[in-house]
Amino acid sequence: MKAVKAALLGLALAGIATAASAQNEQFIPMNGYWVGPYAPGGSGIFGGFIDYINMLNARDGGVGGVKLTYEKCETEYNNARGVECYEREKKKGPTGATVIHPLSTGITYSLIDKVAADKIPMISLGYGRTDASDGRVFPYVFPLITNYWSQNTAKIKFIGMKEGGMDKLKGKKIVNIYHDSAYGKETIPILDAQAKKYGFEVTHIPVAHPGNEQGAQWLQIRQIKPDWVILRGWGVMNPVALKSAAKVGFPRDHIIGVWWSGAEEDTIPAGDAAKGYIAAGFNVAGANFPVIQEIKKYVYAKGKGEMEDQTRIGSIYYNRGVVHGIVTVEAIRKAQEKYGKKPLTGEQMRWGIENLQISEARLKELGATGFMQAIKVTCADHEGGGAVKFQQWDGKQWKVITDWIQPDRELVRSMVEQSAAAYAKEKGITPRDCGKEA
Amino acid sequence: MLYREAGQFKASYAEDQQIFPIRQDRIAVAILLVVAFLVVPLLIFALATLGLNLLTGYAGQLSLGTAAFMAVGAFAAYNFMLRVPGIPLLVAFVLAGVCAALVGIVFGLPSLRIKGFYLAVATLAAQFFVVWALTKFGWFSNHSTSGVINAQKMTILGYSFDSPVAKYMLVLSIVALLALAAKNMTRSSIGRAWMAVRDMDVAAEVIGIRILYTKLLAFAISSFYCGIAGALYAFAYLGTVEPEGFNLDLSFRVLFMVIIGGAGSILGSFLGAAFIVLLPIFLNTIAHPLELTLGLTLPPGLMSNLELIVFGSLIIFFLIVEPHGLARMWQIAKEKLRLWPFPH
Repeated sequence: MKAVKAALLGLALAGIATAASAQNEQFIPMNGYWVGPYAPGGSGIFGGFIDYINMLNARDGGVGGVKLTYEKCETEYNNARGVECYEREKKKGPTGATVIHPLSTGITYSLIDKVAADKIPMISLGYGRTDASDGRVFPYVFPLITNYWSQNTAKIKFIGMKEGGMDKLKGKKIVNIYHDSAYGKETIPILDAQAKKYGFEVTHIPVAHPGNEQGAQWLQIRQIKPDWVILRGWGVMNPVALKSAAKVGFPRDHIIGVWWSGAEEDTIPAGDAAKGYIAAGFNVAGANFPVIQEIKKYVYAKGKGEMEDQTRIGSIYYNRGVVHGIVTVEAIRKAQEKYGKKPLTGEQMRWGIENLQISEARLKELGATGFMQAIKVTCADHEGGGAVKFQQWDGKQWKVITDWIQPDRELVRSMVEQSAAAYAKEKGITPRDCGKEA
Repeated sequence: MLYREAGQFKASYAEDQQIFPIRQDRIAVAILLVVAFLVVPLLIFALATLGLNLLTGYAGQLSLGTAAFMAVGAFAAYNFMLRVPGIPLLVAFVLAGVCAALVGIVFGLPSLRIKGFYLAVATLAAQFFVVWALTKFGWFSNHSTSGVINAQKMTILGYSFDSPVAKYMLVLSIVALLALAAKNMTRSSIGRAWMAVRDMDVAAEVIGIRILYTKLLAFAISSFYCGIAGALYAFAYLGTVEPEGFNLDLSFRVLFMVIIGGAGSILGSFLGAAFIVLLPIFLNTIAHPLELTLGLTLPPGLMSNLELIVFGSLIIFFLIVEPHGLARMWQIAKEKLRLWPFPH
C-alpha cells in the first residue's frame, strides 16, 4: 500500500511537470463542476466559457497571437476540492495560471488570501465576497459586473416600481428565502439596511443545502403572508421552491430570484409552477446574438464544442459563460496593450482587469450588444457595472421585462467600504492609495 | 526476498514494542514523509479519522458527529486567537481541542444508555446542533455577514508558517505527536478498557472497568482529536471556513475513512484517509492526460462522472476483498511479501 501511495504521488507530480511545455500560450484554469446538485450551472457556464475561448483560437488564433489554453478540474462545488484544484493548476502553463474563476462563493472566500499571496487575480463574476468590490483592500479580487448587494438594491427598486413608488414600500412585508451557505447569507445585511431605509419588514428564512425539501419554509411564508418573496437559491433548491410556492398558493409573479435562481434549469423542472416567476440577470438568454452565432460557426460546425445538448446553447447559463469569456479575454487584450503580445503573468493580468473597460461600441464589435452591460473597472471599484435586467418566465422561455435597472450605488458603496475597512483592520491590511496607481 | 526481517534481532523490550518493528517499514515511512509533503489535507483527515477510530474502532461507540467536533475545534481556535490577545497558537489549538472534548462528553452521555445504531442517531444531534448554533449565534463567527471565518496567521515564537512546506511541517509534527499518543493509549490500560467495553460491556463491567468513565473518556479523547483536526483544517489548509462546510457529508466521509482503512487500527486511519482524500484527486489528475493520449473527445461531464464511478467501484471492491479494511490487507500483504518470491 505504501508503494502504491508513493507511486500515486509521483504520478501526480509528473502530471504537474508535463503541463509546462508549450511557450506562446496563456493558461486559464477551468475549475468548475460537471457533477453533483449544481452541475447544471457549472456545466453550462464553463461550456460557454470554453466554447468562446475555442472560438477565438479557431478564428483569430488566440488573442494577439497568443493561444489560449485551459484545463478542467472538477471541484464538485466543494471548498476543499476547489482549493486543491487551485493549488494544482496555479503553476501550469508558461506563466502559471493567469486568472481564476472559482464559480463558487465558498471557494472564492477560501482563495482570497491565497490569490493575494500567489499574485493571481481572481474574477468572481456575479458572486463571491461583495465587499471585495473595494479594490483598495482587495487588489487581487474582482467581483465583476455586479455584486450581490447591488443586485439586491436593484430588486428592491424593481419591487418599488411595481408597487408604484419607493414610498409605497412602507409597511410591506418581504421574505428572503435563502440557501444556508456563505452565498445565501451574503445579502442579509443589505436587506436589513434597506428595510430600515424604506420601512418595509423583512424576514430571513434559511433552507439547508441542497434544499430539496422546503415544505416547512413555505408554510411559514404562508403564515407571514408577504407581499414579495426574494428567492436566493442555487441548484436544485430553485425548482423545489417554485413547486412548494405553488403548493401553498403563493403567486409566482411575486417571487423574485437572484441570477443564480433564474435559468432554464431552474424553471423547466418546476413545470407550470414556474410560470410568471421573475428573476434578475446580468446577461440575457438567446442564441441570436452574433457572438453566439460565431461560436456555432467556428466550433460546433466543425463537430467540436462543449455542449452535448446543443439546445442549451443560448441558455442563460451558457450565455453567462460567454460573458465570463468576454471579460477574461478583453482583460487579456488590455494587458497586452501595456505589456506586449506575449503570455502574461498574473500580475500583468491583474493590471489588465483593473483597467478593463468594455464600452457599448466594443460590445457591438464583439457582437454582444444587449447581451451584457458595458463595464468600467477602476482601482477603487472592482465591480465595474452594477445594473441588472429583470426577466420573467413565460412557461417556455425567459422574457426580458425591464431595461437595465441601476442599483442604489450610494448605499452599496458605503456598506462595501465599511465592511472592507473592517476586514482590512482584522487582517492588518493597509488599503492602497488609488491616486498613486498607474 | 527484499522484505526479510531475518537478522533484525530484538534485544530489549523497547525494541520489541516499537511501532515499526521492521527496518524496511521504518525506511519506507521515512521516505514517504519526505515525498508526501503537500498532502496537508490528507494528514488533517487522518487525524480526524484517528479520533473517530479511537471512539468507533477501539471503544465501539458509533458516532456521526465527527464534523461537528471538527467545527467546534475550528471555531474555538479562531475565537481564542481573536479574543485572547497574544495567545500562543498551540495553546489556542489545545484549548480548541478541549472545547471539542467538552462538547463530545455532553453528546456522549446518551452512550451510557443506548448502543449501536441508536447511538449513531443520538450523535447525529451533535451534528445538527453544532452547525445550527454556529450559524445562529453571530458571536462565534465574530458577526461575519456571511458566517465565514478567516483563520488568523499561524505564528509560533515569531516564525510564521505561511509557506506550504512550513505548514506541512507544522501539521506533520502535530499529527505525528497525536498519532504516537493514540498508539500508546491503545496499548495501555485505557485502550484495553476501551476494547473490553467494545467487545462486551457487561463483561467489562464485571471485571471492574468503570463504564461511565471509560465511555466518556473515549468520547472526550476522540472529540479532542477531531477538534484539533478541525482547527488545522481551518488554519493550515482552507484558511476560511463556514459552518456549512462541516456538514453531515464530512462526518460520513470520516466514517468511511475508518471503515475502509480498518476499524481499530492506527495505521488504518492513515490508509483510509489516503484512499478517500487522494484517490479522487489522482483520478482527476490522470483523467485529462489519459483523454489526450487516447485521443478521445469524451463529452464533458462524462469524465467527472466516470471518476465517481471508478471511485465508488474501488470502494466496493476493497470492501469485498477485505472487509477488515486496508490495514488488514497491508498485514496480509506483509506476510506474503516475506516469502516472495520464493514461497516454501
